[in-house]
Amino acid sequence: MEITFNHFLILSAILFGLGLYAMISRRNAILVLMGIELILNSANINLIAFSKFGALGVDGQMISIFVIILAVAEAAIALAIILNLYNNILTVNIDEANTMKD
Amino acid sequence: MPYYTILFYIFAIAIIASAVIVVTAKNIIYSAVSLFITLFFIAGLYVLLNADFIAITQIMVYIGGILVLLIFGIMLTSKITEVELTTSNLSAVPAIIFTVGITTIIIFVILTTKWNTKPPAVMTETISQIGKLMLTTYLLPFEIASIVLLVALIGSAMYSRKIK
Repeated sequence: MEITFNHFLILSAILFGLGLYAMISRRNAILVLMGIELILNSANINLIAFSKFGALGVDGQMISIFVIILAVAEAAIALAIILNLYNNILTVNIDEANTMKD
Repeated sequence: MPYYTILFYIFAIAIIASAVIVVTAKNIIYSAVSLFITLFFIAGLYVLLNADFIAITQIMVYIGGILVLLIFGIMLTSKITEVELTTSNLSAVPAIIFTVGITTIIIFVILTTKWNTKPPAVMTETISQIGKLMLTTYLLPFEIASIVLLVALIGSAMYSRKIK
């Protein structure tokens, strides 16, 4: 059976769903960050599949390089924010970070 | 091409199984190790798609950089000596319903859309093409990306130190 374009797209859709589930339901902020990494990787799979099967050519791979660069910057900033949160309220559970509410 | 099919299914099953472990494991360290396996097999998938440079970049940047950073974050923010490294889920059932709904809609759209595909081109030496594109067409985004990385580096270093 030939592997077609749709196989890659469906795989990345499932990966996107798993990352979305991690973003919605995990309590630990670092695991939310892991969900974001899964979603960015599914976007990269889509871009590179379009670059092989679609009319995108090597430009798709260039765009995925920029996605990787932005993922690195985002991970560094988010971890700095999480460490600062831990220094202030001694937890990284996102449902306990509600000190601005009261 | 049977080898291609077999490799694709091995990679796909490994990616989905380890991603499920990432989003469901109770222990955070298990999630980090499963994320390692997921990213590694995604790099294998890039090789199947003729993107060798992206595969190497994925291994070096994600596994060598981001994952080590995440494990540092886990170690610095969990009280290892007192509590075990577990975590729990918030409102799992609505999240599962929402996520399954979104994924079903996306897969339905993928299967019903008539994609403008062409037979896969034989790509050779993508590294030289990427290098030429990076210094001609994508020169301005490339420079802006380097500035973004510098700003992110300085910002995270400033933000994560103790303010006296």
